[in-house]
Amino acid sequence: MRVILRHVAHVRSGDKGNTSNIAVIAYSPALYPVLKEQLTAARVKDFYAGVVHGPVDRYEVDGLHALNFVAQGALGGGVSRSLCLDNYGKSLSSALLAFELDVPDELVGELRGLDDADRGAAVSRPEGS
Amino acid sequence: MSGRVIRIGAGAAWWGDRIEPARWNAERGDLDYLCFETMAEATVSAAQVRARRDPTFPGYDSYLDDRFAAVLPGCLARGTKIVTNQGWINPEGAADRVAYWLRELGARGRRIAAVGGSLLTDRVLELTDTVLEDGRPTSTLRDGLVSAEVYLGAEPIVAALHDGADVVITGRVADPSLFLAPMMYEFGWDPLDATLLGQGSGIGHLMECGAQVTGGYFADPGVKDVPEPWNLSFPIAEVEPDGTAVLTKLDGTGGVVDLRTVKEQLLYEVHDPGNYLTPDVTVDFTTARLEQVGPDRVRVTGIGGKPRPATLKVSIACAEGFIGEDMFFYAGPGAVQRAQLAKRVLEERFRIVGLRAEEVRIDLLGVDAIHGPVSKPRCEPYEVAVRVAARTSSREEALKVGREVDGMAVSGIGMTGKRVPHQDRAREVIGVWSSLVARDAVTPTITFVES
Repeated sequence: MRVILRHVAHVRSGDKGNTSNIAVIAYSPALYPVLKEQLTAARVKDFYAGVVHGPVDRYEVDGLHALNFVAQGALGGGVSRSLCLDNYGKSLSSALLAFELDVPDELVGELRGLDDADRGAAVSRPEGS
Repeated sequence: MSGRVIRIGAGAAWWGDRIEPARWNAERGDLDYLCFETMAEATVSAAQVRARRDPTFPGYDSYLDDRFAAVLPGCLARGTKIVTNQGWINPEGAADRVAYWLRELGARGRRIAAVGGSLLTDRVLELTDTVLEDGRPTSTLRDGLVSAEVYLGAEPIVAALHDGADVVITGRVADPSLFLAPMMYEFGWDPLDATLLGQGSGIGHLMECGAQVTGGYFADPGVKDVPEPWNLSFPIAEVEPDGTAVLTKLDGTGGVVDLRTVKEQLLYEVHDPGNYLTPDVTVDFTTARLEQVGPDRVRVTGIGGKPRPATLKVSIACAEGFIGEDMFFYAGPGAVQRAQLAKRVLEERFRIVGLRAEEVRIDLLGVDAIHGPVSKPRCEPYEVAVRVAARTSSREEALKVGREVDGMAVSGIGMTGKRVPHQDRAREVIGVWSSLVARDAVTPTITFVES
């Protein structure tokens, strides 16, 4: 089943200078391998093309079922210099909630925030299609 | 569990934080310590700029009176000690003010410690070599230099507590150190014991952002629902002598403390989770174990530690020009097309008036202002704001942004909504850079006053 990240994981971003970190935390241990396999640093960098201008590193925290992405050049030159309305990038992580993942059917029960129609369907409504 | 448990509560996560949850923790938290974090990266530089312009500005937290008036009665009744970085650029002045409030409440003979020595503005260019962000020499920051301060650790706070302080008020200190210091003092931890300090500093990291671990910055309806999100309290840590802690909150308040809120906060503003640098210890979050041991109670163990860094981090603030900013609005059928034409008008106008800017950004708020090119609009919005900002070297250039938006009132696009320009539409940019300084170049100061 193809779903957006919002149903699979929760996210939080933080700022330090011109670098943003985006923590992605699986809603259940069973969903964590899906994240680890599909949410690679390269794909996250591609996803944020035009916003993140530097390298993206991924750190795995298996004990917390979490990935931490560290994106350099993500905050328009830094909090004080940025012309972005959200100059701290506090909402930057929420863009990633639209990232699409393939979740094995047997894990559909682990997903959050799907209504009954989504749950019964072969595919959910992908974003941007 | 063996040994005594100490209870540490959070009183603030930033300068503008709510006051009432601090009062609740003071009155109902049965706390041994109440700790306030009130400084952002730019706090010191903003305070320096304000102190130059306004001789009446005392240089400490502008909400100091409100915070102490709210919490002192509860803290005095329970015997709760206070650790806070509300001293900003004048911890000694802040200590005097706290002594005043204590006397007002009839509490005489209390000892207030001011921890200073973090300001390095006069010496920073001699003591540092390179800018961490881009590798250039720190001497290139000389012209715009506003302020520089080193991040002190927990040790001077511990020393102040050993000398009998009831209140410790500091300038720049690393945020987790404010919470780590009471643990080191109460449990007699060796400042070089990386295992204990790693766990304790990790707990401090979880506490320093206040409500961000009790259900704030968290709610997302349908996937992460939070009870009574209008009624959040600040966290309390019940800490055991080995640093193991249960994170919790007051009964009868909104919010939630669970594995999700703790995991999100554990990684907040962290880069390499195995090597989180603080002045006291290098924290390893990768070994953390979290367990829900009751409603709104999460037990945290196993956070690791490695020896502390050989150097201390310095923040260097520099004047880097100005940002001019304004916005105006469209609504109803055709709103986005009108906004796009307005954007084109502004671009042409900036060319005609010769705006000299390092960067100009014109966003459609409601379409792509927050996530820029990553935005995925699902449908055309009913209403939209055109928001324009430019970074310039002079205030005069920055003010051109607002002046061109003024022109949109009668010379712009049909049905433009506009505000009367009464607010300040140009602000100074104070850039913040980082460098490293040798530990032995920094000498914290501790001075006492009595109420």
